[in-house]
Amino acid sequence: MPETTSSGDGPQEGVQIDLISGERMAGKTSMEKIRLILDGVRDGNIVVLESGLTPDEESKLIEVTMSEINPDGFSGIEIESFPQDQASDTSLLGRLMGKQETSKLTVIGPANQIQSLHKDETLISALISRK
Amino acid sequence: MGLFAELRDSVSRVTASLFADDSEPKRIGIYGPPNAGKTTLANRIARDWTGDAVGPESHIPHETRRARRKEDVEIKRNGKTVNIDIVDTPGVTTKVDYSEFLDHDMEKDEAVRRSREATEGVAEAMHWLREDVDGVIYVLDATEDPFTQVNTMLIGIIESRELPVLILANKTDLEDANIQRVSNAFPQHETIPLSALEGDNMDEVYEQIAKYFG
Repeated sequence: MPETTSSGDGPQEGVQIDLISGERMAGKTSMEKIRLILDGVRDGNIVVLESGLTPDEESKLIEVTMSEINPDGFSGIEIESFPQDQASDTSLLGRLMGKQETSKLTVIGPANQIQSLHKDETLISALISRK
Repeated sequence: MGLFAELRDSVSRVTASLFADDSEPKRIGIYGPPNAGKTTLANRIARDWTGDAVGPESHIPHETRRARRKEDVEIKRNGKTVNIDIVDTPGVTTKVDYSEFLDHDMEKDEAVRRSREATEGVAEAMHWLREDVDGVIYVLDATEDPFTQVNTMLIGIIESRELPVLILANKTDLEDANIQRVSNAFPQHETIPLSALEGDNMDEVYEQIAKYFG
């Protein structure tokens, strides 16, 4: 993630939100995506993915998250996404090209800072607290 | 996965099934969130068919912190015998905070140790799911909201691996149990109500296990 700029003196108060485009994620390997997400979340940022992860990547995200939890700081992640729209499945041509459609807006944040308030098929509402 | 890769995998699966040894038991993973009653169910199945238990049960989350396998469980239904290995797995979550264990009268050291083991257990469960199970029994506490991200992700992972899955709405002995809510959450799969603790509706559970994993 690019460095944030600070206009004032001392550390900034607030919560950084990283909106990551599908384009930025497109060329990355599974582990690169997971690293990008977890590095941001471990810094206390809220990461919003325009395109979500594949089921396999979600499985690895849980596994890597578990390996990084430690009692002195990181207690894991909260993750919310919209249910996969079956109608948005990739076309035959896309599948022939090995493309996998995962487009589902996904919000990921540190478990101790983000709390889901409400979720349905069209709305995710979350409360984010400062570190 | 591209179509060619899918075709190759399908051919591999058909070839494997043609030459598979039917006497080999299928490994059925019992998955679900913490405190859904997975070990209670695993123990119920194991006791009913082998006389032994799989592991200790507890109301404290993450009591099961290692995947445990009970081998060669023979379930007989309608003249048919189904031979399975039951794999009782730690409850899957995306967060583990040791301070939650302090509410269960634990000292900090014990709580930290337990949370560390719990995280290892969840990682282990995910690994089993990707590599080592042939089918899944997904256990949900019917008194809790099933529309959670962890449940949605896990069912998605199971579906993406094309594993047969049976959803069990557990704890029907409790007043707040809402079986319809569980059925509505995953309408694409069959939901079987039961109380693993009381042994209610286990006949139907065994019938469905024979049907899905036989």
